[in-house]
Amino acid sequence: MATGIKDKVAIIGMGCSKFGERWDREADDLMVEAFEEALADAGIEKNQINAAWLSTAIEEVHVGKSGVPLAMALRLPYIPVTRVENYCASGTEAFRGAVYAVASGAADIALALGAEKLKDTGYGGLPQRSRGVLNSMYGANLSAPGSFAQLAAAYRAKHGVDKADLKRAMAHISVKSHDNGAKNPKAHLRNKINEDIVLKAPMIAEPLGLYDCCGVSDGAACAIVTTPEIARALGKKDLISVKALQLAVSNGVEAQHNSWDGSYFATARIASTRAYQEAGISKPRDEINLIEAHDCFSITELVTMEDLHISPEGGAIRDVLDGFYDSDGTIPCQIDGGLKCFGHPIGASGLRMIYEMYLQMQGRAGERQRKTTPVHGLTHNLGGFPHQNVCSVSIIGRYDA
Amino acid sequence: MIGITAFGGYVPRLRLSRKSVVEANAWANPALKAHGKDERSMCNWDEDSLTMAVEAARDCLSGAAKETVKTLYFASTTFPFNDRLNSGVAAEALNLENELDTLDIAASQRAGTSGLIAAFKAAAAGPLLFLAADKRRARASSAQELLWGDGAAALLLGTDNPVAEFLGSYSEATDFVDHYRGQHSEFDYVWEDRWIRDEGFAKIVPPVVTGLLKKTGANPADIAHFVFPCTYARLSQAIAKKAGIPEEAVRDNLQAVCGETGAAHALVMLVAALQDAKPGDLILVASFGQGCDALLFRATEALPRLSPRNGIKGAIARRKPEGNYSKFLAFNDLTAIDRGMRAETDKQTALSTLYRKKDMLLGLVGGRCEQCGTVQFPKTNVCVNPNCNAMHSQLDHPFANIPARVMSYTADRLTYTPDPPAYYGMVQFDGGGRLMVDFSDVDADRMDVNAPMRMAFRIKEYDAERGFTKYFWKAVPA
Repeated sequence: MATGIKDKVAIIGMGCSKFGERWDREADDLMVEAFEEALADAGIEKNQINAAWLSTAIEEVHVGKSGVPLAMALRLPYIPVTRVENYCASGTEAFRGAVYAVASGAADIALALGAEKLKDTGYGGLPQRSRGVLNSMYGANLSAPGSFAQLAAAYRAKHGVDKADLKRAMAHISVKSHDNGAKNPKAHLRNKINEDIVLKAPMIAEPLGLYDCCGVSDGAACAIVTTPEIARALGKKDLISVKALQLAVSNGVEAQHNSWDGSYFATARIASTRAYQEAGISKPRDEINLIEAHDCFSITELVTMEDLHISPEGGAIRDVLDGFYDSDGTIPCQIDGGLKCFGHPIGASGLRMIYEMYLQMQGRAGERQRKTTPVHGLTHNLGGFPHQNVCSVSIIGRYDA
Repeated sequence: MIGITAFGGYVPRLRLSRKSVVEANAWANPALKAHGKDERSMCNWDEDSLTMAVEAARDCLSGAAKETVKTLYFASTTFPFNDRLNSGVAAEALNLENELDTLDIAASQRAGTSGLIAAFKAAAAGPLLFLAADKRRARASSAQELLWGDGAAALLLGTDNPVAEFLGSYSEATDFVDHYRGQHSEFDYVWEDRWIRDEGFAKIVPPVVTGLLKKTGANPADIAHFVFPCTYARLSQAIAKKAGIPEEAVRDNLQAVCGETGAAHALVMLVAALQDAKPGDLILVASFGQGCDALLFRATEALPRLSPRNGIKGAIARRKPEGNYSKFLAFNDLTAIDRGMRAETDKQTALSTLYRKKDMLLGLVGGRCEQCGTVQFPKTNVCVNPNCNAMHSQLDHPFANIPARVMSYTADRLTYTPDPPAYYGMVQFDGGGRLMVDFSDVDADRMDVNAPMRMAFRIKEYDAERGFTKYFWKAVPA
């Protein structure tokens, strides 16, 4: 029986570039920006790092394949560098690689760095890209908003929710994230909005309007991890450790078998259940203090609150409208602005979520710092489409908790 | 007795208001006002001669034993491929047996009727499916743009209880070039109308009609339906009169509701005639084009017993008015519109993949697990049922004719489509199986979860760089 990852690895340094339309920065500039912060935070030398993982997603318009771009950008001393890609959940995959390397004893100190340079396509939204030879011959010509928008149709049908009521709850989610993003100097979108603006915005993919969609950003984020023992030896106190790292990947049941109704993420339910088990959490609504969810679209965040077993099934609308997930609510969700406003440089996003947990748990989150320092935080990093996706759920916490 | 054992028809539901065309173009060509009434049929952006022919064939084969079809002929002057067997693609889409004689017939407005005459000779060997379709492209602001329409007809020929007996044919060939389209030309070049009418139609058609009557011994006064595609006013009546055919037998040329559907039109009109005919009715079909064909049929007692189908009349009744001429220009690539950067992706098709997966891609064939009975699309090595997961247990399971319902959907304004917004979603088939698939022919106000859908063979995308049309199936409102 596997013992799980709980408390085997501590985070000793993190960094995150400013996210946004970084017209004046190349991908390697963004990597260096995140890395310099993390290295200073960890207080180690570059050559103490034994292995590195690079996450990028859309290499067609980016740095290309392999670990070379990271090794080059940082001039890493011929250490192992692995590039990982798992749709929009790539960032957490780099983190998982580094954490597992340390937990296995294969590395003392490992680096996970995610980066994405998206704003070189000439148009808004995610880049058009190949879906594979066979997939492109029969799959729907879907965009990200178009695939996630379908959650709304299926959710309404399942729970008998009125179109306007659901749209209002979705608007609350976006307004909340803009409020949070406004307090975050590294966020891509820092403007406050209101419900009216959301509801009157142009339609992207029904029922998702412009403000139901997250930002498409350039950026990088990174983590340096080691064992708690080495961390202490390095003089670190109040350690932040990894409590759970889970990943569930669709195997085609949602896409091909009629047992899934389209209103939820089958993977998120499974990954979160496993993560709570791994972290030893039995009542997530009481024990999780902070959530960074993969809010690529407002409807994704709403549905995910149920799939993470925080809101009861069909109950997320009420929790959202009650302010349960607001920055001053019971469990703030996207207190840093989330994908919605911090931005979504794909390969970096999973690491950006962990970055916020790390800052909040150390009381270093500035204007947006939660009054009561969180003990357990959950990051949910999703890639793909509701009917076919990879979903990682990680739990980060205070080592002494 | 050999004859037509079943028929089917297809006319795209979009009907372009001719007024919208004339209003846009009369500044340059006031003579267009003569053709400004009513409407013409117009393919959606994802329809062409091949997709229309497949739809007509499906209509024709409803209730028929399609596994008995031995031969497939397809006539058109607007085949999507100059060199790739178009009837072969249709055969894959229709899931016909591999043992099949196939033939594409082209290069004349008589392709439909001349092909049909040849088909009756071949049909002695076994049931023959004859398809005719045209989607003719005319220059913007031309008279042809107004007179032509898009459509298809399908006839099943054989000896098993025909609904219309084939009594004979008569043809004459003469190189009268009223119009032509050279190998490297996009559009037809057309000579003067008065010459075509007076020296062409009026002189070439009557002796052929008379020749057929003489050859078959039929009494012209007994002709109940005179099927003759011709857009010149009153000319059909004059030709009928000259041959002794009653004027009231002259069939409506469907100009008001559809327009002339090229090489398919004689058959399109014939299908409409069969939908009106009574047992015993004589139907004379004539068609003009570098000569003339004439064919004679007699409706039989089996006609009223044929299972219900759309035919041409049903297809024409299913209409959606389109008043936007710009859309017609865009769909037919008659204007250089800005499609946006998202349209710029490489659309190359891996022909080896297409061949390996042709049953799936062209025939919409999925799998059925022989162990647990679960059906799925596409067919895979491992059964999708989580309680089964049997290996290599899948038998072919065709989905094309299974009704479906919308499980989830969206209207997407971000992704590229020639007709935004792009509707797509998950459809669930009656009896199991589902597919995230593009939709077409959607009316926004009728789209919702649970809406009934049917699958239709359509263009997935067009690879303009390589001239390759990619086909797959889409869900359309049932």
